[in-house]
Amino acid sequence: MGFAYPRFEFRAPPELGARAPARHPVVVIGAGPVGLSLAIDLATRGRNVVVLDDDDTVSVGSRGLCYAKRTLEIWDRLGCAAPMVEKGVTWQVGKVFFGERQVYAFDLLPEGGHRFPAFINLQQYHLENFLVERARATAGVDLRFRNKVAGIAPRGDGVGLTVETPQGGYSIDAEWVVACDGARSPTRRALGLDFKGRVFEDRFLIADVRMTADFPTERWFWFEPPFHNGGSTLLHKQPDDIWRIDFQLGWGADPEAEKQPERVIPRIQRMLGPDAKFELDWVSVYTFQCRRLERFRHGRVLFAGDSAHQVSPFGARGANSGVQDADNLGWKLAAVLAGQAPETLLDSYDSERVEAADENILNSTRATDFITPKNEASRRLRDAVLELAADQPFARRLVNSGRLSLPTAYARSPLSSPDEGSFAGGVPAGAPARDAPLMREGKPAWLLDLLKDGFSALYFAGADTPPDAVTAIAALANDPTPIRAAVVSRVAQAGLPVPTAIDESGLAFERYDAAPGTVVLFRPDQHVAARSRHLDPAALRRARDRALGKTP
Amino acid sequence: MTKLRTTPAPGNPDDLYEALVDARRDLDEAQAAALDAKLVLLLANHIGDVDVVREAIALARKR
Ligand SMILES: Cc1cc2nc3c(=O)[nH]c(=O)nc-3n(C[C@H](O)[C@H](O)[C@H](O)COP(=O)(O)OP(=O)(O)OC[C@H]3O[C@@H](n4cnc5c(N)ncnc54)[C@H](O)[C@@H]3O)c2cc1C
Repeated sequence: MGFAYPRFEFRAPPELGARAPARHPVVVIGAGPVGLSLAIDLATRGRNVVVLDDDDTVSVGSRGLCYAKRTLEIWDRLGCAAPMVEKGVTWQVGKVFFGERQVYAFDLLPEGGHRFPAFINLQQYHLENFLVERARATAGVDLRFRNKVAGIAPRGDGVGLTVETPQGGYSIDAEWVVACDGARSPTRRALGLDFKGRVFEDRFLIADVRMTADFPTERWFWFEPPFHNGGSTLLHKQPDDIWRIDFQLGWGADPEAEKQPERVIPRIQRMLGPDAKFELDWVSVYTFQCRRLERFRHGRVLFAGDSAHQVSPFGARGANSGVQDADNLGWKLAAVLAGQAPETLLDSYDSERVEAADENILNSTRATDFITPKNEASRRLRDAVLELAADQPFARRLVNSGRLSLPTAYARSPLSSPDEGSFAGGVPAGAPARDAPLMREGKPAWLLDLLKDGFSALYFAGADTPPDAVTAIAALANDPTPIRAAVVSRVAQAGLPVPTAIDESGLAFERYDAAPGTVVLFRPDQHVAARSRHLDPAALRRARDRALGKTP
Repeated sequence: MTKLRTTPAPGNPDDLYEALVDARRDLDEAQAAALDAKLVLLLANHIGDVDVVREAIALARKR
């Protein structure tokens, strides 16, 4: 039984037949993982959003499959991670083989005390189904399938869009447009923007096969396996007894011929052995590129996800980084729309996410260069690494079959304030929050749950916390842009006016390099804005205003 | 600032050179290239400083 693709019905939007175009605060073009995540984020922050998508179903066939811990944390904030993790296949061990030999194994999340696993595998259609369900249950998201954007006219104070539907066209006016319309982005083309980078001269056969097999739930990657002449191969488990197999075919391969079952089936049979029973679920042949737009903000039009940047899939950075774009943009756009931040805050979306895209492109390019050496000389070096890796720990670290997606710490962010006092490690400004297990009201809880509502501050308290101090930070919740404070303490604290969590394991203190008195301010996307060794409400307000892009 | 040491190292230079030559005495072109690749990786890791390695690469690429 294959996946039953839903057909989302067309509902005539109110603009059809209207005389003047309706004006909306935000229109998102594209209901892929990025557009849907952004829409849910904006609506959760109280901003109405229209999502236009030209299709009437979820992603078809084999595409994204690995979703990283940070992305799951974002979806948890958006209220939809639990069903994904439940449906998904959780894994954290990867093995690398060279020829017949295993040369390397890695554990992606060697430390405990995180709510979410390092990675889950989940077919993109399941993922999008969960996101659509969540979007539909979120007040303020107006999700319109079979609404194709056919024209875009940016102006100084907004953007005009023309939309085609099965029942005719209409115009719509938006204060802001976010183009989440994928790698082929019609918006990018309509604006005539360059999309520069590298094409990798290689082809990959991506097959999803259905079988019951008792391989462990690990990522297996082969360089030059005996069953596949010359190329690399990847095996990965997905839900519903579906396995993802990638074969590197080389640039000379004929994509049409390679897709035919009479070619694909024997190839897989050689890999799995003559007795393996399997069915093909989906087969496609891809080439990959690494490229990005020069800028992600063009006046009132912003680009997020594949429309803004593309990477090779080694490292699972496509959707993961796109959702992290949405995470970065959502709160900023919401703050601008609410009049709490100047428009220029959106320039920091550009600078922070360009930094992230460059990091992703760099990682993905390096992995691709390792997997597909560009000439004989570099192949020799690569093979030397693989041969040494069998016995030499240093060489194992050089093996690169994809450095799996980690979130970017915005090291140069204009929104970050300098440390007050000295820190040795911990989570510096610009970096994403690190989760830790806590106890609240006698029940297990997670640190990230304290950071789900706008700006938040964690006050790491000692045994004799002065109640005045806590009263002073509690008052920050009454600001026009509130900061919601919580106390984290190693010992029980009674009667404090803010949520209080107990750090029994000490992991929260350790992960933030905290001592009694340490305060950490988080942006609404859970990245650190500022940290200090002592509590100063005025400094917290200044750091918040800086994170809102207000010049002092 | 250069970090790569290019002054002669202590020890017998002929011993050093002989060790490098002996290592490839019975190797063909491809085997020797594979050997050199492994040697580079081992020694670069031993040096452990990418700036030093970059300097060495720059000198080695000079014609
Ligand atoms: C083989 C393969 C493996 C991958 N593996 C991974 C992985 O393991 N992990 C990972 O994170 N990523 C992976 N990716 C990448 C991932 O699939 C993409 O990065 C992701 O889908 C990008 O999401 P998006 O929302 O930006 O764009 P898309 O998913 O492409 O969505 C764009 C949407 O815009 C709509 N649209 C386009 N034009 C218009 C228009 N004119 N009007 C209205 N709507 C429009 C489209 O219908 C579509 O729904 C993989 C990709 C491939 C091909």
